[in-house]
Amino acid sequence: MHELSLMQDTVIIATRQAREAGAHHIHRIMMQVGALSGAVPETLEFAFDIVAKGTMAEGATLEIQRVPVLCYCSGCAQEFEPTDLVCECARCGRPSMDIRRGRELHLTSLEVS
Amino acid sequence: MCKDCGCGLPGDVAIDGVKVGGETSRLAEAKAPAAPSHTHDHGHDHGHPHDPDHAHDHEHDHPHAHPHDPHHTLSVEQRILDKNDRLAERNRGYFQAKGLYVLNVLASPGAGKTAFIERTAADLGQRVRLGVIVGDLATENDAVRLRGRGIPAIQITTGSVCHLDAEMVSRAMERLDLNALQVLVIENVGNLVCPAVYDLGESARVVLLSVTEGEDKPLKYPVMFRSAQVVVINKMDIAGAVGFDRETALRNVRRVAPGATIFEVSAKTGHGMDAWYQYLDEAVR
Repeated sequence: MHELSLMQDTVIIATRQAREAGAHHIHRIMMQVGALSGAVPETLEFAFDIVAKGTMAEGATLEIQRVPVLCYCSGCAQEFEPTDLVCECARCGRPSMDIRRGRELHLTSLEVS
Repeated sequence: MCKDCGCGLPGDVAIDGVKVGGETSRLAEAKAPAAPSHTHDHGHDHGHPHDPDHAHDHEHDHPHAHPHDPHHTLSVEQRILDKNDRLAERNRGYFQAKGLYVLNVLASPGAGKTAFIERTAADLGQRVRLGVIVGDLATENDAVRLRGRGIPAIQITTGSVCHLDAEMVSRAMERLDLNALQVLVIENVGNLVCPAVYDLGESARVVLLSVTEGEDKPLKYPVMFRSAQVVVINKMDIAGAVGFDRETALRNVRRVAPGATIFEVSAKTGHGMDAWYQYLDEAVR
């Protein structure tokens, strides 16, 4: 469950940013998690409660925006949203390695006071 | 459970049995108390010698009143893996400077990672000098096994961390004589999920799949297989006995990892290993 490590890093980044801004509490953490990021949002949420304990993010709401996969098919010269994580072009069936979106694992913003 | 904070995280990453701190100590920074309530009226009356050349005309008395407005939003926009990826790039630069070709070998537990590496090192002998960093949750069995065959090997035990990261590798490689090597093999923790997202600074990723695991494994673990430059299908010597459907397996690998080079081998009998050695020879050159 690498989500524990990922949430540790998230909380470290969040508390550092909040401190630098002179804040004392983190109320909300907003993240973007892509379907191909290799992280499971539910597991991140579970891990968050564990790692936030004792930090200024304790009790904060974790808001995860799920990002679906967007690929590009060079044969059809168009973008497509695959129905699964195999990423085959919906039109010609060719597998795509050109992932335009869906790998995100980002901390986007914080609500602090 | 972590004794520092009770967070349930392991704190016992070790290299060849020597603890090197680990996961939990990283949270110490986040747990430090927030700055005390502040008035921001610090008069700077302590005497600290200034370099005479260091002219500064900035005002040291700054009562900047920020009224602690209730909630406000901070835009952060930071990649969670940024720190790991920067360390991985540092590793990569170091490896390149040494002229080392580095493989990150990934698979489920029991797919035959250690046997594959062992066979490769033994067969290549002096032709390509190979060293290994091996990661496991516990025990030094794999490193001991490799050293027994005369292969330089360093063991990382991760406690219960399910993957290697760039920092663990950078610490472990200090203990290997990299100048004596041409290829460094990093045998990751047996796991097809977690290690996928951690760049270690490798030149290529090798994902192993054994014939006993089922032909649809690449479809079940697309993030991992997609990241592979090389896919090795191991234990081909028993493919018939377990009813392995080779065509389906190859098709599934190509669907998820269309750019990967595929080798079908038996690390036990040596079947198919020559093609892999040829690939390695060319990569090292």
